[in-house]
This record gives sequence, C-alpha cells and structure tokens, in this order.
Amino acid sequence: MDAEQVRRDVRAWLEANWNPELSLVEWRAKLADSGWGCPTWPVAWHGRGLPAALGDVVAEEFERIGAVSTPGGGGMSLAAPTILEHGSDELKSRLLRPIITGEATWCQLFSEPGSGSDLAGLTTRAELDPVTDEYVVNGQKLWSTSAHHARFGMLLARTNWDVPKHRGITYFALEMQQPGVVVKPLRQMNGYASFNEVFLNDARVPAANAIGEVGNGWTVALATLAHERRSFDALRAARAPKGHGRALDEQRRETAEIMAPYVWYPQRAGRADLVVERAKATGRNADPVVRQEIVKLLSLARASEWTARRAKAARVLGRPPGPEGSLGKLYASEVARACARVHTLISGTDSLLAGADGPLEGIIAEILLSVPAVSIAGGTDEIQRNIVSERVLGLPKDPTLDADRPFRDVPRNRL
Amino acid sequence: MRFGPTEEQEALRREVRRFLDERSPVTEVRRLMETPEGYEPGVWKTLAQELGLPGVAIPEAYGGQGLGFAELGIVLEEMGRALYCGPYFGSVALAANAILNAGTEAQKAALLPALASGDAIATLAVAEPNGRWDTAGIAAEARAGAGGATLHGEKSFVLDGLRADFFVVAARGPAGVGLYHVRGDADGVVRRPLQTIDPTRKLARLELHGARAESLGDANGAAALSTTLDQAAAMLSNEMAGGAQKLLEMTVEYAKTRMQFGRPIGSFQAIKHKCADLLMAQELARSSAYYAAACADEAREELPAIASLAKAQVADAYLRIAAESIQIHGGLGFTWEQDVHLYFKRAKASEVLLGEPSYHRELVAQRWGI
Repeated sequence: MDAEQVRRDVRAWLEANWNPELSLVEWRAKLADSGWGCPTWPVAWHGRGLPAALGDVVAEEFERIGAVSTPGGGGMSLAAPTILEHGSDELKSRLLRPIITGEATWCQLFSEPGSGSDLAGLTTRAELDPVTDEYVVNGQKLWSTSAHHARFGMLLARTNWDVPKHRGITYFALEMQQPGVVVKPLRQMNGYASFNEVFLNDARVPAANAIGEVGNGWTVALATLAHERRSFDALRAARAPKGHGRALDEQRRETAEIMAPYVWYPQRAGRADLVVERAKATGRNADPVVRQEIVKLLSLARASEWTARRAKAARVLGRPPGPEGSLGKLYASEVARACARVHTLISGTDSLLAGADGPLEGIIAEILLSVPAVSIAGGTDEIQRNIVSERVLGLPKDPTLDADRPFRDVPRNRL
Repeated sequence: MRFGPTEEQEALRREVRRFLDERSPVTEVRRLMETPEGYEPGVWKTLAQELGLPGVAIPEAYGGQGLGFAELGIVLEEMGRALYCGPYFGSVALAANAILNAGTEAQKAALLPALASGDAIATLAVAEPNGRWDTAGIAAEARAGAGGATLHGEKSFVLDGLRADFFVVAARGPAGVGLYHVRGDADGVVRRPLQTIDPTRKLARLELHGARAESLGDANGAAALSTTLDQAAAMLSNEMAGGAQKLLEMTVEYAKTRMQFGRPIGSFQAIKHKCADLLMAQELARSSAYYAAACADEAREELPAIASLAKAQVADAYLRIAAESIQIHGGLGFTWEQDVHLYFKRAKASEVLLGEPSYHRELVAQRWGI
C-alpha cells in the first residue's frame, strides 16, 4: 500500500461520503464503519491497519477537504490506544465506537492528593463484591481534565494491599454518571479551574470493566502515560475546520469545550514572544542589564528549538535517539521561569498589577501566576532529572525503600 | 538548514577522533603544554599531509578540500575534545578565513596553498593590550610609505604568535581599519610569549615598529574583519562544545565509579541532578555551535547574531561544566594530577578570547535590533 494509493482511496471515499449537514454523530458513525477515522487502528477495530506515515496522508486529505475527523481529548488520545493494547475484545467492541463518534468522552483518574510524583503509591481502593461481581471503589482523584462532563474515567485503583506497590493496581473503565462519583472543580493559584477533583464513595464498576489483568494495572497505566506524552498533538488536532454545516457547527462547540481548560497554557509557557515588544514599549530595552537578560532568555529559547530539531533530524534518519530528545520538558521549564524573570525585570513594579490594571490587560500577571505549573505538570522537573540522569547518562538509581515490600507496610501520607 | 550530520561528516569526525586519540593523548598534551613551542611538528605534519585538515574549508582552487564551516567545526570540536595542542585555530580558523574574506585573487593564490598544506603557519592579530575585539578598539596604525605600508603599534592575545610564519594584522589606515599581511621575519616585528592561565594554547604579544605590510584587498577591511570574527566565534564555539562534551563524559563516568557512603556518588540526587543540568547545558551548547556553523555555510545574513549567541552561550556552558566537574571530582578535582583542570583552564581562556559573553550578548541585542 503506497501513499498515493491511500490518498486516492481516502479522497474518493470523502468525495462520496462527506456531508457537512449530517449530525456529528451520524458522520462519525461513517468514520467508525469505514475505518477512515482511525486509519492506523486494526481493521477489526474501526481502522485500516495503516502505518503512522500513511495515517498522516489520510489526515492531510481530511484537512484539504475540510471534513470533520474524530474528536480531540483524552478518549481518542489516551483511552482508545490503551484499550486497543490491553482491553478484552468485549471491551473493545463496547467502548471504542462511542469514543470515535464522540458520544463517550473520557477523563483520567490517576493522580491523588497523596500520590503525585509517586503515582504507583496510590491508595484509592477497589474491593470485589462477589454477589454483583462489581468492584466497590473508595478514594479521591485530582487533576482530572473534563471529568465534569466525561462519560468514563480511566481509573487506577489498588485491588491488592499485600503485594509491592506496582503489583496491586488494577486499571478500570469507570462509569462517571453514578451517585458514588462526585466531581468538583479544582481552583488553581492563577484563578482558573481547569481541572477537577473526583470523590469516589462506594462507586461501582463491573469486574468486566477491568482493562488488562487484575493486578496488572501499572503496566496498562504506563501505556496511557506513553500516549500522554503525545497528547499535545491531540490538542492541536482538535482545531475545527472552517466552513458551515451541522457537523462543523457541532464540532466547533465540541472543540471549544475541549480546549476551554487550556486558555492559559500559552501564558504558562512564559510568552517569550512578548519580551522584545514589551521592552521596546516600556523603553526598558535601553538598560544594559535588561538587554543581557533578554538575550540570555532568547538564546535559551532558540537553542532549545534547535535541540528539538536535531532530535527530529536524527529520528527521520533512523539514528538511535541521542540525549537531545529527552530534554524538551526540562527546557520548557527553564524557558518559562526565565520568561517570568525577564517580564518582571521589564515591567518593574507594574508586575504586581493584574487584570485591567495590569500590563497587557493582565497577561503579564497571568504569566507570572501560571509559570509555576510548567515544572510540575506531567512529571516534576526533579523526576525528569532522575529519568534523564538514569536513562540517558546511565547513573545508578537511588536505592528505594518501598518497591519490594507489601504496600500495606509502606509508610504513606495521612490525609 | 541541516540539523543532522551527513554520513561524510560523521566519517570525518571518526577519522579525526581516531587520529587524535592516537597522536594527541592527554599525556602528550601534558608534555607539550610545558614546552615553549606548545606543539609537536611531526603530528602537525601528519594531520596536514595525511588528513588534509588545515585545508578542510579552504577552496580546492587554493589547495584545500573545499568543504565548509560545518566540517571545520567538526575538526575543531574534536580538537577541543582532545585539547589538541597546535597552531590550528590561529592558522586555519583565523588567518586563512581572514585572507579568504579580505584578500585579492592574487593574494589568496599566493598565501592560501601553503596554509592548506600546513607548510606555513599564520595567525590573526586583532586585539591590543586593551583587550577589545571591536574595530573601534584598534589603535595600531598603518602608515603609507614609499614601497608600501608600515605598521606601528602593539597587538596582544595573538594565538601561536611566536610560531607564525606570517601575520594578518588589523590596523587603522587612512581609509579605515584594514587587514594587513606582515611577514614574521620582517624588520620591526618583535614578539614575546605571554604567560597565561591556559598552557595548552600559546599566546604572544606582538610589537610592530614600522614593519613592512601589504594591505589584503581594499584598505578598508572592516567588513572582512567583522565577518572573520563572526566565523571565528562560530568555530571557537564548536571547539568549546567538544571540550565540554569530553569533560561531561569524564565527570559522569567518575560519578558512576567513585564510592562514598557505600554507594556510587552518582546515585545521590545532589550529584545526578547536577549531571542532568550539565547535560542540558551541553546539549544547548552543541545545538548553538552547530547552528552557528550551519549559518556560516548557509545563512550568512543570520551569522553575525547567531555567532555571538553561540559564543556567549557555549562559553557559559563550558565554564559551568568545568567548574561543576571540579566540584563533582571533589578534592581530587583540585589536584594537578586529575585532567579536569586542563579543561577548566581552556574553558576560562576560551570564555574571554574573541570577547567575553556579555560583550557578545550585547552584540546579539544590537544585531537583532532590540
């Protein structure tokens, strides 16, 4: 199967089938039936078994014609690949199709108040009720994007306390719409509430909803986390095509909902793009100290882009990945923090003003109050440095105290 | 813009590394740094005649290999890695490029083949005892006289200035700052070695008492000088990146094997996080150095800003890696016997040669119109 053949096939199919006046669900049902919505998935499960490069060809044709594709968000980018990799056939036939049509959205129920960097130390418990063959779940989760409207949660819960921490976890598909699940917005230090905390009080999940083996949830969770690293691509894919029609209008609303939690993300990254114009607008570019700090910041930002380009070039040539590929997240933290310092240097006392009183209608204040998230979200810088020093530099691991003893005996937070 | 090396470039790197591993091990570096000449003529001859390294970026028309700054950068990166002691940077990265940038066709044809073959060694004399690297800092005078110009003044920080067969000297003439060719054995040339902190690279002071000189190309060579210094900043960045890389490897290896408190010190987060930070700095440094070399080949309009960016960033990274490497080596790191100090000294000297980091950052600000 070559790229031109795939291009001809998808083009012919889109020309025959794309109709913006269908409802979003009607149109995506066609995607699920034809395999063109998820061309890299297996033929047996709504896909066409194409390699990733040919999947890109299909995406290009969707974009060219302006046809709606599969939904953005955690269902497609996290839950579906995890289910495909580890779920039973029964779960695949039940759960995948509504993800493609957008009827079932998903959220992650991983992090807990007592388990941040040490995700495998989670203490939400799931106990089997043999009468109903359901697990009864109790605990608290947080940082769950979209949990307030999700139909399913990707739940990690402890099902065995008598084995070491990595071996007693099970991964479930939890129905969110039930009395035992209470979702509350979690307010952040920058004032937004982009995530939720989720309280599980005797929530119930059928044993058949375990994804992968009972007790093997950590392996399954690693699959989800591997896909999470690519989730920014998924956010980009959530951009709505232009044009009008029922499906397009419905998708725009869907995209707006998915993207709503992320409005402050550009500020979280530090907005290096604003630095020079701000320095000129305030006249601070005449100060030699400010000039030095601006150039330091922009040198760092440019060089980290070049480092990413080097990593990409090596990948394209099929060379083994060098250290340059593992550092992007740490560079993003460093850039963001440097931005916050330089914006403060430029704005001076005005840095404390927010909203309509603040520089750039509050954008500078939003930067200063959002940057602290970068070095925490998705793995703290400290954990990232462990990974880099152990996997890239080959330094020995820190001895652990909890990996080889029953989790029941491991000291943990009292909350 | 290319972001990955070609197969040919990787082959060149392997060849240079193999040669330097064999002919310029650290024992040789330690021997040569104690000598006044500071290099081994036999090794220079082999690297010139068998590997053709001095001519790597000199066009074929003038006896070189006709490759570019990317390749010259690779050679320098490997030399920085090995702390190679020899007149390569001054003769090739400075003098040959100055002649290429400023010289007439006849001057290039007359001067470059001997540099490409390694038979002659030259260097560039720009800075003066005032330590400035901008054209405004140049006070040495070129006076017109019967039978050509004569030079008057004093130059400092001249790389391999004791050994050079001829000099390219920046001096101020009636038409502005220009570049002049001066024979090493000309009357009125007095040179003396400088005592420096980095014994692996020999510097000299040069007094010019009416030495006979020939203007390279136009008597106004300010633009050619500026381009030469940008290219040199890009190339020194590559040399520094090579030294920093080797030092990081040595230090990480040490952290894996040095036992304290019953475990390798590299298992302590205080050390491993430091190593991760140094790796980050080093990867940025390499990216900037490579990008600057690529600009010298492919995007000359970007070169002035990017060369200065790289010079400042890589110098900071190299010095930081050197200082932290001493720290990670602990007390042993402060001894003469450990090799770390050799790199620290090269890092410190390279930090300020061609202009210290804040000078280059100010140039970036000006060149980006900030």
